[in-house]
Amino acid sequence: MTPHVLTRSLDRSASIFILVVAGLGVLIPLSNLLLPAGSMFQVPTYLVALFGKYACYAILALSIDLIWGYCGILSLGHGAFFALGGYAMGMYLMRQIGSRGVYGNPILPDFMVFLNYPKLPWYWHGFDMFWFAAVMVLLVPGLLAFCFGWLAFRSRVTGVYLSIITQAMTYALLLAFFRNDFGFGGNNGLTDFKDILGFNVQADGTRAALFALSCLALIMAFLICRAVVTSKLGKVLIAIRDAESRTRFLGYRVESYKLFVFTLSACMAGVAGALYVPQVGIINPSEFAPGNSIEAVIWVAVGGRGTLVGAALGAVVVNYAKTYFTSGPLAPYWLFMLGALFILVTLLLPKGIVGTFTAWRESRKATEMANAESAAREDGVGEPNPAE
Amino acid sequence: MSANFLVRIRAALLAILLTAAFVVPAQAGPFEDAVAKFANDDFSDTDEAIGAVATSGNPLAFPIISALQDGRLSADPDTKKVFVTGSDGKIIDAATGAAVDKLPDGAAAVRLNNRLRRTVEAALGGLTLLSPDPAKRIAAAQSVFKSHEENALAVIDGALAKETNKGAKAAFTEARAAILLYKADATEVEKLEAVAIVKAKGDQEAMALLTGLGSDVPPNVARAAASAIASIQSNLAMWSMVQNAWYGLSLGSVLLLAAIGLAITFGVMGVINMAHGEMVMLGAYTTFVVQEVIRTRYPGLFDYSLLIAVPLAFLVAGAIGVLIERGIIRFLYGRPLETLLATWGLSLVLQQAVRTMFGPTNREVGNPSWMSGAFELGQITITYNRLWILCFTLAVFVILLAMLRYTALGLEMRAVTQNRRMAASMGIATSRVDALTFGLGSGIAGIAGVALSQIDNVSPNLGQSYIIDSFMVVVFGGVGNLWGTLVGAFTLGIANKFLEPVAGAVLGKIAILVLIILFIQKRPRGLFALKGRAVEA
Repeated sequence: MTPHVLTRSLDRSASIFILVVAGLGVLIPLSNLLLPAGSMFQVPTYLVALFGKYACYAILALSIDLIWGYCGILSLGHGAFFALGGYAMGMYLMRQIGSRGVYGNPILPDFMVFLNYPKLPWYWHGFDMFWFAAVMVLLVPGLLAFCFGWLAFRSRVTGVYLSIITQAMTYALLLAFFRNDFGFGGNNGLTDFKDILGFNVQADGTRAALFALSCLALIMAFLICRAVVTSKLGKVLIAIRDAESRTRFLGYRVESYKLFVFTLSACMAGVAGALYVPQVGIINPSEFAPGNSIEAVIWVAVGGRGTLVGAALGAVVVNYAKTYFTSGPLAPYWLFMLGALFILVTLLLPKGIVGTFTAWRESRKATEMANAESAAREDGVGEPNPAE
Repeated sequence: MSANFLVRIRAALLAILLTAAFVVPAQAGPFEDAVAKFANDDFSDTDEAIGAVATSGNPLAFPIISALQDGRLSADPDTKKVFVTGSDGKIIDAATGAAVDKLPDGAAAVRLNNRLRRTVEAALGGLTLLSPDPAKRIAAAQSVFKSHEENALAVIDGALAKETNKGAKAAFTEARAAILLYKADATEVEKLEAVAIVKAKGDQEAMALLTGLGSDVPPNVARAAASAIASIQSNLAMWSMVQNAWYGLSLGSVLLLAAIGLAITFGVMGVINMAHGEMVMLGAYTTFVVQEVIRTRYPGLFDYSLLIAVPLAFLVAGAIGVLIERGIIRFLYGRPLETLLATWGLSLVLQQAVRTMFGPTNREVGNPSWMSGAFELGQITITYNRLWILCFTLAVFVILLAMLRYTALGLEMRAVTQNRRMAASMGIATSRVDALTFGLGSGIAGIAGVALSQIDNVSPNLGQSYIIDSFMVVVFGGVGNLWGTLVGAFTLGIANKFLEPVAGAVLGKIAILVLIILFIQKRPRGLFALKGRAVEA
C-alpha cells in the first residue's frame, strides 16, 4: 500500500521539490557546522535561522494551498492555527527556563511572577514535558479547526462569508491573547527561551538541527498533501471546489470532506508554528493579526494555487523579497510592493508562477507535437505505427 | 487620618470665620488694622490678619486672600501699606481699594508657610460659600455636602436665608440636610426630612452619605435611610442602563456609518472591498486638509469646516472608488475571493501612500465649537459630538434609502442587483451602474471618515480598526438590505456596551465576535436575508 501511495503521488516536479528541499536540509546545516567561519561556502548562523523561518512559512503555505487550492475554502485565519501551535511550543520552552529566569522562580515563568500570579494556571500544567507540548501542537489547532469547521460547514457557510468569519476568529484570538490575565504573557508574548530538549536554542548546532527538522517537516507535509490530493478523497475535494452543490447532490457528504481537510490543514499550520518559535525566539499576539493570515494567502497565490510546489515556492519567494526590501533603503516602499503584488497577481497571474509555467510548457509541448505531426505528415511517414 | 484632621481644621475655621462674618458688621477701622498686619512679616500676625480680613465682610476680602494664596499680595514694611497686584497686573491698595501706579521699592511678597496655606484655603472656601458667582456657591455647597461638618451649619443657614438662585438654594438645602443627618442632637423629624432630601438628590454621593450613617441613629431614621438607599440604588441602576443604552446607540451609529457604505458595495453588488476602511480614512484626512487650509487662510470659517469637508470627502472617496472599480474590480466580477485579495493589497497601498504623504503619526482634527462640550441629562452626560454623529448617521441613512427608492440611479441599481441580464436587456448600462454604485458606497465611507475624525485618532490605521466590525455588521444584518444594516449596527453597538461592564471591554468584544460566528451558523444569510432566487445568484 505504502509504495503505491508514494509512487502515485510523485510526479516529476514533486520529485524535484523533495530532492531540492532534502538537499538544502542536509547541505546547509553541514556547511554551517563543518566549514570554517568566513569561508565562501559557509552559511552563517543567522541565515540558517532565516531559512528555517522560510521553511516554516512554506509549511503554512502548503496547509493553505491544501484547503484553498484543492477545496476552495479561503481561510483568512490560518495564522491563528500557526500561532496556536507556536504558543504550545512557546509554553514548553517557557517551562524549560525554570529558575534561570530574571525572577528565578522554578515554576512560574517571569511574566507570571511579574503579574503576581499565585500559582501556575491549570492550562500550563503538563507543558514541562516535551511529548505533551508536541501533542498539544497538533491537538489545539486541530480541535479549534474541528469545532469551527463543524459549525461552519454544517450550516453551509461558504465563500466570502467563511473567509470573513475566519478573519473574525483570528481577530478575537488576537484580542484575547493581548490580555495580561489570559495567562499567555499578554502584549510581550513568550520569549527569552533557554533550551529545547536540553540543547541551547541559541547554539549553532541546535539551529542547524532545527533547520533540518523544518525541511523534514516540509517534506512530510508535502507528501501528506500529495497523498491527500491524488487520492480518491482528493478528487472529491476538487469536485467540491468546482461545484459544491452538484457534489452534494451526487451523494457525497460535502461537510465531512471539508471538515477533514480543514482540520488536517490546521494541524499542519500548528506544526509550522511550533517549528517557527524556537527559531525566531519569540511568539507574541501580533502573530494572530488578520494581516498575517492574508499575507500567507498571497504567498500561495503568487506561487500558484492548487499546485502545492507553487505554494511552498511562493512563500519562499515573497518572504525573501520581504527580507531583502525591508532591510534595505527601499523599506518604506515595501508595503507598496506587497500591495501591488496582491493586485497584479490576482489580475495578471491568476495561476501563479508554477501554474503559469506549467500552462506555458504544456502549450509549447502541444505546439511541438502538432509541429512534429504535421512535419511527419509532410514527410509521408506520419502514419500511426500499430506497434506503438 | 491627617486628611480628616485637616478637613476638621478647615471646617472649624470656616465656621468660626463665617459666623463672625454675619454677626459682626463691617467696620473700616479693624479691617484696615488687620490688613496692616500683613506687613509685619510674621507668620502669627499673618494668621490673625487672614482671620480678621476673612470675617470682615469687606468686598476686598476675597481679592486679598486669593492674592495671598497666589503670591500676588505685597507689603511695604516701612509704610505698613499692603498692595494687591491683580491677575491682570493692576495694583490696588489693599486697605482702601484705591488704584496705585507702581509698587514701592521696599515692597515684598507676603510669605506663607504650609500651616498658613491651609488657613488660606479654609478662608477662601468660606468666602466662596458667599461668593457673588452662583456656580462657585454651588460648588462650595457641594463640598460641604460631602464633608457634612456640623460647624458649617450656621453659615449654610445664613446663606440659605438670603439665597435667591434656584440651583444654589437646592445645593444649600442638600448640604444642610447632610449636616443635620450627621448632627447628633438633631431631632428625629429633622433627620427624616433630611433623609427625604438626600434621597431626592439620588446620586452616587447621596448614596455614600446614607451608607456612611452609623448605627447610633433612631430606628425610624435608620429604616428611612435603608429604604432611601434601596430606592437610590434602583434609581442609579436605571440610569446606568440608560447610560449604557446611550453609549450603545452612539457606538451603533459609528458602526452604522462605517458599515453603510459597505452594505452597498458588499450587500448590493456582492463585491468584497477590503479597502473600504481606507475610504473612511481618506475621508478623515480630507477633513484634516480642509481644516488646515481654513486654519491658515480663513480662520473665521472654522466652525463650518465639517460642512465643507462632507461634500469634499464624498467626492474624493467616491472618485477613488470609481477608479478602483474601473481599474481593478471590473476584471474580477464573479471571483469574490480574488476581489478580496486585490482590494486588501489596495488597502496596503493606500495606507502606505497616506503614511508617506502625511506621516505615520496621528493628525490633529479639531472639533468645531458646536460639536464640543456636553450637557447633563438626569444622571448621565451626553457629549455634543456623539449626539451630532448619531443625527448625522440617521440623516445619511434616510438620504441613502430615499436615493435608492426614488431616483433613477437607485432604480437602476436595484434592477442590476436583482437581475443583471434582464436589466441590461432593458437598456441599462450595467457597467456604468456598477461604477457609480461602487463610487456611491466609497463616497459614503468618505463621509463616515469626516464624522469619525471627530471622535477617533486620524492616523493611517484608522480604517483598519473598522473593517472587521463593519463586515460583522453587514453579515449580521443580512446582505442586500439596508434595514438589516441599521438593525445590525445598533444591536451590536448596544450589546457591546451592555456586555462591557459585565465582562470588560476586550472580553465583551470577543464575546460579540463569538456570538456572531455562532449566529451565522444559525442564519447564514444574516438577520434580514433576501428571499427567493436572488440568494442563489
